[in-house]
Amino acid sequence: MVQALEIRGLRAAVNGKEILTGIDLKVSTGEIHALMGPNGTGKSTLANVLMGHPSYQVTAGEILFKGKNLVELAPDERSRLGLFMAFQYPVSISGLSVANFLRSAINARRKQADPEDKGISVPEFRRVLKEKMDLLKMSHEFAGRYLNEGFSGGEKKRAEILQMATLEPEIAILDETDSGLDIDALRVVSEGVNALAGPDLGVLIITHYQRILNYIKPQFVHIMLDGRIVESGGPDLAEHLEERGYGYLREMQEEKAAEVS
Amino acid sequence: MATARDVQALDGLGQYRYGFVDPDVSVYKAPKGLSRAVVEHISGIKEEPEWMLEYRLRGLEHYLARPLPKWGGDLDQIDFDNITYYVRPAEAEGKTWEDVPDAIKATFDKLGIPEAERKFLAGVGAQYESEMVYHNIQEHLSQQGVIFLSIEAGLREHPDLFRKYFGTVIPISDNKFAALNSAVWSGGSFIYVPPGVKIDLPLQAYFRLNTPNIGQFERTIIIADEGSQVHYVEGCTAPIYTTDSFHSGVIEIIVHKHARVRYTTIQNWSANVYNLVTQRAMVYEGGTMEWVDANLGSKLTMKYPSCYLMEDGAHGEILSMAFAGPGQHQDTGGKVIHVAPNTSSKITSKSISRGGGRASYRGLLKVHKGAENARSNVVCDALLLDPQSRSDTYPYIEIDEDNVNIGHEATVSKVGEEQLFYLMSRGLSAEAATMMVVSGFIEPLVRELPMEYAVEMNRLIQLQMEGSIG
Repeated sequence: MVQALEIRGLRAAVNGKEILTGIDLKVSTGEIHALMGPNGTGKSTLANVLMGHPSYQVTAGEILFKGKNLVELAPDERSRLGLFMAFQYPVSISGLSVANFLRSAINARRKQADPEDKGISVPEFRRVLKEKMDLLKMSHEFAGRYLNEGFSGGEKKRAEILQMATLEPEIAILDETDSGLDIDALRVVSEGVNALAGPDLGVLIITHYQRILNYIKPQFVHIMLDGRIVESGGPDLAEHLEERGYGYLREMQEEKAAEVS
Repeated sequence: MATARDVQALDGLGQYRYGFVDPDVSVYKAPKGLSRAVVEHISGIKEEPEWMLEYRLRGLEHYLARPLPKWGGDLDQIDFDNITYYVRPAEAEGKTWEDVPDAIKATFDKLGIPEAERKFLAGVGAQYESEMVYHNIQEHLSQQGVIFLSIEAGLREHPDLFRKYFGTVIPISDNKFAALNSAVWSGGSFIYVPPGVKIDLPLQAYFRLNTPNIGQFERTIIIADEGSQVHYVEGCTAPIYTTDSFHSGVIEIIVHKHARVRYTTIQNWSANVYNLVTQRAMVYEGGTMEWVDANLGSKLTMKYPSCYLMEDGAHGEILSMAFAGPGQHQDTGGKVIHVAPNTSSKITSKSISRGGGRASYRGLLKVHKGAENARSNVVCDALLLDPQSRSDTYPYIEIDEDNVNIGHEATVSKVGEEQLFYLMSRGLSAEAATMMVVSGFIEPLVRELPMEYAVEMNRLIQLQMEGSIG
């Protein structure tokens, strides 16, 4: 069954300053969307607002998913409903191993589905985790390390994708997953995302650069400027942008605005 | 680690599970307050030799002469005249649980002590009010010459060994409460491990207070002879009363050449107990002393386990964990004195404060002139769970030798919005997410505990955490 994350007229502010000025976007399972734009335009804000970061206030609009308005739900409820966000800057948690963390996260989901659930068995969990780590070409010792503590930039991003692979969301937001990655790490992470993509997963890739789109092919590309989406199109839109840069886009917007007035 | 199941289990539990009150079955109670007569009476009941009565009276004299310390927690609220300094719970101490009066045995059953003894302990001592009501050790250990007795039985049955060590590690004049303990001590363990004997399973002592306004003054001596090894664990609980009780122990440990002693405390007094304890070890050539000190309960704890590294190559470690909840002040830490060359030490302190609780790290690291090549590392980490709570660090370092290697670092962190958001974005509730941060924080300490205690510790922390989220 196709599920869709539908964003309608979304406005959001941080410390009273409006960052998102009216976003409309629909991402369905089976689709890959790329959201591009210059720095400071609100892309990461959108990702955080979708996941429910407490520092942002939604001032108008709705985020609809599975018949619920996510604006009213806490981050953990959104997650258990099937939403996932790969963080641009994942925080570290000392003393908490990747394996323990993921097992607890899986169990929280199972508990949601069935309050009587006793949790995933240890052998079953080991099997799943190994399978996902192999998919992402991660060494198994990774499971015993403390979450993000002392991880390199590439390891952090891979750990994010490992979490996505293990939690099996229906809609995943990748916030600048390509930033800080060398070309090899970018390839591994992209291959991981491609392996997970399919009819049961919708992906929203948030990126400043076009280069991740050499590895992950979106069907839809959206351009964000000043807190809203100003252009939507197919993969060719990203290529135009690569050739001409965001400056050109801004000029085009200004021309459009002039025509309207 | 917290799982969704743990968190659910947490919902059904009270904050403090050990606060139940049993009927007062004591066979004798001293009149309230402290006097020469009370001290003489305690000594008389115990049928002590003359030197011990004299020792007690010297303790009393010093205690009365010395002012309350002003540097730690608030002691002004203690009504010393309203304390009962000696309560005899039973006529005699038992060698089997059948010998213990039913009502008292029922309490220890509730606390799971006989069960733990059967499963994973080499020996158990159980103290109720002022006396040990039970003391027993596995037979193969007593056959090897291991002595594990109540402190009174130690004095009675091994007078020379007792007198050789008693009061040598912590003298009467050490501090006001050591002096008080010297005057009215009662209960505690006497342990001797012969040369080369290694005890694999822990010995455990459990301390229980039952009647209100009681003072408990446990006195323990552990002597680990050359090349021997022992792990001693103490636990403690008490009912919740609106008036305060008092626990002031003195623990003296002697670690001989190449011996190894680990002393683990899981202190879980109810939040109306003042806990003022002096614990110290003398460590000789190549010996190792490890203190694992977890303080979760009490109203105020002042406790700084110490290692005196007296001879070449002696090693001391202090792993201190404090959890300060509403109305609690944990003033804890450790002291290491490097007297001899090539000695090494490590102090790791982890404190958690929540709900307005206060955790203070207080530590002393001293290196004497001539303790060449001494090495020490001190790490103090504090975690604050909310803005109302408090953490302080008082590290004192005195180095009188040039050729040393000393490291010290201290951090204070808050359970941050970013950490909680990150964990919650994976489907964990705010409670479970906070618990994970806390469990991770104390993981380096819990890892050092025997498995059964590690499980217990995580459970106790969960109980402490209950109600910590909005």
